[in-house]
Amino acid sequence: MKETYEFNKEDLAEIEKIKAKYPDKKSPVMPVLWLAQEKFGHVEPAVQHLVAETLDIPAAHVYGVVSFYTQYYGERKGKFVFDVCTTLTCQLCGGYDILHHLENKLGIKAGETTEDGMFSIQSVECLGACGYAPMMQITNGVYCNNLTTEKVDSIVDGLKSGKMPEFEQIPFPQHQDEQKNSEG
Amino acid sequence: MAVDWRNFEPLLIPKIPNLHKIEVFEKHDGYKQLAKVLKEYTPEKVVDEVKAANIRGRGGAGFNAGLKWSFMPKPDGKPRYIAANGDESEPGTFKDRQIFEYNPHLFIEGATIAGFAMHIDAVYVYIRGEYKAWIDMMQKAIDDAYAKGYLGKNIMGSGYDMDMYVHSGAGAYICGEESSLMESLEGKRGYPRVKPPFPAQKGLWGRPTTINNIETLANVPLVIKNGADWYKAIGAESHPGPVLYGISGHVNKPGVYEYPTGMSINDLIYEVCGGMRGGKKVKAVIPGGSSTPPLRGDALEGVCMDADSLRTAGSMMGTAGMIIMDEDTDMVDVLWRISHFYHHESCGQCTPCRDGTGFLEKTLIKIRDGHGEMRDLDLLLDLCTQMEGRTICALADAAAWPVRYTVTRFREDFEKRVKNTVYALA
Repeated sequence: MKETYEFNKEDLAEIEKIKAKYPDKKSPVMPVLWLAQEKFGHVEPAVQHLVAETLDIPAAHVYGVVSFYTQYYGERKGKFVFDVCTTLTCQLCGGYDILHHLENKLGIKAGETTEDGMFSIQSVECLGACGYAPMMQITNGVYCNNLTTEKVDSIVDGLKSGKMPEFEQIPFPQHQDEQKNSEG
Repeated sequence: MAVDWRNFEPLLIPKIPNLHKIEVFEKHDGYKQLAKVLKEYTPEKVVDEVKAANIRGRGGAGFNAGLKWSFMPKPDGKPRYIAANGDESEPGTFKDRQIFEYNPHLFIEGATIAGFAMHIDAVYVYIRGEYKAWIDMMQKAIDDAYAKGYLGKNIMGSGYDMDMYVHSGAGAYICGEESSLMESLEGKRGYPRVKPPFPAQKGLWGRPTTINNIETLANVPLVIKNGADWYKAIGAESHPGPVLYGISGHVNKPGVYEYPTGMSINDLIYEVCGGMRGGKKVKAVIPGGSSTPPLRGDALEGVCMDADSLRTAGSMMGTAGMIIMDEDTDMVDVLWRISHFYHHESCGQCTPCRDGTGFLEKTLIKIRDGHGEMRDLDLLLDLCTQMEGRTICALADAAAWPVRYTVTRFREDFEKRVKNTVYALA
């Protein structure tokens, strides 16, 4: 069965607001794709056509954008996507151990989705949390920092019962340490 | 010569609770510099002041921000733009997000002053898509600034209009390159543009555009408040100001620290970050993001974090995203991972980069897995020569430098892993 996708009134009002920020009609494509992905969970070709029609631009252009940027899901992923960082600092601090632990726990490899459609794993490039390595991001959303295998286990178990980890505010070190500036 | 950092109080991210809230920011002299500029300064005076302060771009290139602003042509009544670069994708870099989180209004104030100085109509704040949480924080701060009349029409009754929008990236390292960032803002694949024309002539939507890093713009209100001479006295002489050092890797207390430029690398490792994990020795330091050449741990004495000192030592300041590696680090594995990153992120426009990054990675995998030969080391260096300076943007250089300098500076690690295939002629 072929699913059909459409934007409702609120979405279209939001899209008008986005369009007002840019001087031409091609430029809003990225924010509108974000909106579509948040709504539908992916931007498969059917959604790309919807975005193209809504913005009155060629579908090929939308496909070009989707295929260039790694965060757009051109095909369906699991309900929760683990983006495990393995770039330099995370590599040094055990990012691959976290990745392999997660792979063993879920029984899939990076790039795959579990059979029940709950989880996908992706090995991704630097996410800009190097001081808090190793780390991962869940479905383009929350960052999970300073991971250990135990922390990964509790995150996965939490998600199974519908509990998304909260945003971790990491204090600015110089705000914490009273001693620092008076030393020496 | 190292600077006096122990008595330094953070300026970009001062120790004030809830400074990200606009009421708190206003109470601590927030938006007063903008008011001063709008009332007392001419645009030219702002440019001159910032030029004199020598704020060197914090995004990697280290170019004088005021000088960059002065490249903008005279206004012709049509739109002009600033693109504020918060793409922050260079491995090892995680500093701009601290500004979004702890002091977003300082950036907004700086960007608005920059806008006034260059007759700008709109600022687009480009933030990497992964930073969803920080994009929301920035959006909230911008909404608050609009509500208080610091952005939008007739800012603080001055008659100057300027808009500010957040644009979310979607996962592409190359979009931190300024022309690629503009392509991305225009809703296209992030392919860097051929220069010239430079952005100041033909930037966003064909109009004059200046691209500045988030941290660079956040420095602007400090200069307006205290003057160029005050600013120039902070840190290293040729590269002044406070800087956000993002320190990661095998240190006890990694994180982002704000100190003056020109700090000695040893002070940063041993005093600021509490030394190496497990008391181990330093094997290598990457001073400014993974594309800057690594320094040997035994050659750190006297090396300071400013453009001149690092150039002498054989590296660059980059984004001040420092990656510290201990004596157990396998440099072959590290270099392979760096090359994998650049291979993955090459946009594919230019052959030397698209194929070169792939060849580098392939050769490094061969060495890593024990099938390498001595001549592969020369092949790596030869590949670098064929990539550097032969492409539209600097990604090929960014991919080649770590290879060139890791192979030459840590050659013993590589030689140990390859078969000796230098034969005498029969």
